[in-house]
Amino acid sequence: MTDQGGGSGRGPIDRAREDFFPEAQELVDGLGRDLLAIDENLKTGRNDPELINDVFRAVHTLKGLSGLFGAALMSGLSHELEDVLDELRLGRIELSSEVLDLVFRAVDLYSKLLASERGDLPEPTVEVRALLNALGHITQRGSAAGANPVVQYELDPGLLGVLTEYEEHRLRTNIQSGFRLYKMRVRFSLATIDTALDELKSKTRSHGEIITYLPTGDASDGDTLELEILIASRESIALLKAAIEAHDLQIEEVPRRSSRASSPAMPAPMPPTRAMPSEFPSIPVAGFDVEAHTSMAHVRAPSIAPQSIAPPADRDVSLRSVSQTVRVDIRKLDHLMNIVGELAIVRTAMFEIIEKVRARPGMRDLSAELQRLHRTFERHLGQMQSGILEVRMVPLGQAFDKLARIVRQISREHDKQVNLVITGAETEIDKLIVEELSDPLMHMIRNSIDHAIETREERVQVGKPPVGTIAVNAFQKGNQVVIEVEDDGRGMDLERIATAAIRLGMLTAEEVKELPQREILSLVFRPGFTTRDVATGTSGRGVGMDVVKTNIAKLGGIVDISSEVGIGTKMTITLPITLAIISVLMVEVGGRTYAVPLTSIEEAIAFDEGLVRSFEGREVMTQRGATLPVCRLRKHFGHDTDALSSRRMARRSGFVVIASVGERRIGFVVDRLVGQQDIVIKALGKSLSKVRGFAGATELGDQRVALVLDVAALIEEVLSTSLEMRTLTLGSAS
Amino acid sequence: MPKVLVVEDSGSMRAYIRAILEDGATVDAIGACAVTEASSGFEAMRQLPRGPYDLIITDINMGDINGLELIRFVRKSEHHKTTPLLIVSTQHTERDVERGLTLGANGYLPKPFTADQLRDTVGAVLKGKASK
Repeated sequence: MTDQGGGSGRGPIDRAREDFFPEAQELVDGLGRDLLAIDENLKTGRNDPELINDVFRAVHTLKGLSGLFGAALMSGLSHELEDVLDELRLGRIELSSEVLDLVFRAVDLYSKLLASERGDLPEPTVEVRALLNALGHITQRGSAAGANPVVQYELDPGLLGVLTEYEEHRLRTNIQSGFRLYKMRVRFSLATIDTALDELKSKTRSHGEIITYLPTGDASDGDTLELEILIASRESIALLKAAIEAHDLQIEEVPRRSSRASSPAMPAPMPPTRAMPSEFPSIPVAGFDVEAHTSMAHVRAPSIAPQSIAPPADRDVSLRSVSQTVRVDIRKLDHLMNIVGELAIVRTAMFEIIEKVRARPGMRDLSAELQRLHRTFERHLGQMQSGILEVRMVPLGQAFDKLARIVRQISREHDKQVNLVITGAETEIDKLIVEELSDPLMHMIRNSIDHAIETREERVQVGKPPVGTIAVNAFQKGNQVVIEVEDDGRGMDLERIATAAIRLGMLTAEEVKELPQREILSLVFRPGFTTRDVATGTSGRGVGMDVVKTNIAKLGGIVDISSEVGIGTKMTITLPITLAIISVLMVEVGGRTYAVPLTSIEEAIAFDEGLVRSFEGREVMTQRGATLPVCRLRKHFGHDTDALSSRRMARRSGFVVIASVGERRIGFVVDRLVGQQDIVIKALGKSLSKVRGFAGATELGDQRVALVLDVAALIEEVLSTSLEMRTLTLGSAS
Repeated sequence: MPKVLVVEDSGSMRAYIRAILEDGATVDAIGACAVTEASSGFEAMRQLPRGPYDLIITDINMGDINGLELIRFVRKSEHHKTTPLLIVSTQHTERDVERGLTLGANGYLPKPFTADQLRDTVGAVLKGKASK
């Protein structure tokens, strides 16, 4: 972005620019939701002009903001789009699915434009140009305004004078549709006006359209506000009264004029031109030629309106804003969370000092007092931590909104009808996880539509409903969030996957024979896997599912897959609720301390060397009747190359920490259990980020650092090595 | 210190206007302003009794109570009828802007505007008021 305002460094204007991204993103997200609702209306033949106006206003704001903050490409797109939307809301362009498609394209483009403004992506110049070109081809159907029907009504010119062009258009449209006009007077308390108004709106919605709200200014006492509301409705006044009935509400029908000859009450509508009027009534302020300095600004001397109202009784009345929402940059929350982490270290250090004090003779009272303080500190610290965590939580719905758009787009491309059913959108999860979740979910949905959902004809042939269904279901399960993506498509053909895996040289035919069903299914997550010979427009290029798996694994989660031929496929993502702070079990391995996230621990039991057997090339033990693969962390991390000491350690027994992610389980053999602790997890830094098996590091109270195990990656590593070993053994045995 | 009420539904637009009005260059040119923000027409109705203001800057295209309705309300009100009003709106809404000027707004600044444009316009409007 270019620098505006002439300030160097981080001036106030730069800070204002910081607000630009979140606000623009919010507008774009809202735009997507509104468009989906419009699309739904279009299919069912309903019409909600307010939605189109909302879309217009969002683009209008985006245009203003991008212009202000120097995002030229985005500003250009918004400008064209705004023109189209303006014509659309004023009824000069017909709303068709073709037009809607273009606007949908713009929403996706906005996300790219924002990313490019942040420097994350190159400028999508070509795409913007293509869309601008397409927008330019939308044809107008000519002005909808003929003779102005509004003059037939006895409307106060004062009221007509404050209608915006859009409101005037809605008024005309409603009159042309034969609706009646009503004028409603309501008095609201200023403190509660937002909720009261929302209530009124929802009551009115099913009976008519609110054209405008006009504060009357009569007897305004500073506490209450009287509004005159213009409503168009097909209902009779009695019905309307019954429906909207409220305290302090008067409603009357606006009568038609008896004669058409009466003077027009409002200025004739402007012709649909986009040119600026040649001249504004502008008078330069005395002694100051404004226009010389600000070529675009028009300034007039203050004029005094003829009407006047009684002075407010109490001018010092204090009215608090009812809006109580604050938007916060997530990095600020990260910072707060880091401070909490530092405080936790202080707390641990403090505890050690208290222990020392207690050990001294004659310090008993003092140490008891210190201990009480320490407990209070610990409690408040815990509350602070959970408070910050709560702020980071956002509903998953944010990630799901985009999916609905994708489904619409891809199913059109593939000419397949797909119904997306989302449940559990309100399930809350860490904001950072939501951000990273969109891409993998999108890939999964693309895959489902491309590979799983059959064409309409195929579906009818096998007796399925012609419209396919993809169900996305989210719910919380303990400290984890589970997202299931289930389709009712053709299911995954094990044979076909196996054949493809052999063709791609991943496995030999013999190896495949020995694989259990689930492991064959999980072959689709291997890099480079594809069953397609020819790549289609969307998935099937051999990138996709392995990327999904990697992305989910980065978030500390895992993807599982189950499928039945002819019935459908279910992919299950299991994720931690937050990334910021985790409860861990501290364990000792080879004299070093490691942290194992509690979310993935089932239990810890004493290790008995005698229970370990060798089964199909890997070490396993039987636990509660189930076979559990065992991983000796000491050996895995290479803490003892000396076989003798290994055996000596083994004899000293130890513990097995049983961990699971999704449906996979493993037993980690450790030397000692240290205890449970809440830690703030820190990234390993760029140079170490490629080391597998560790999710990060954390500071311990005594200035030491402990590595945090990435259980999902470790399970993956251990199971896949043993799988390779097994297939190797089997291969040589046959 | 002149009190300025900024009525605008976009948060970053409000922040931008506030930043310019509180900027050192503005303080040098026209003195320090006390800026009050309102995110909607209703919020403006709530803030008006806390006035009087020396300047009201308003957008037109807002949900519920629009800028035109706000302008009419201000001009009809005993306490605020002489308060200078400045419209900030995109060029797209020229008819609406014209209506706003007819209703008694004193000036119009099309979006997007630069810091200098806003500074000069606000300075002119405030000076116009002072010279009366």
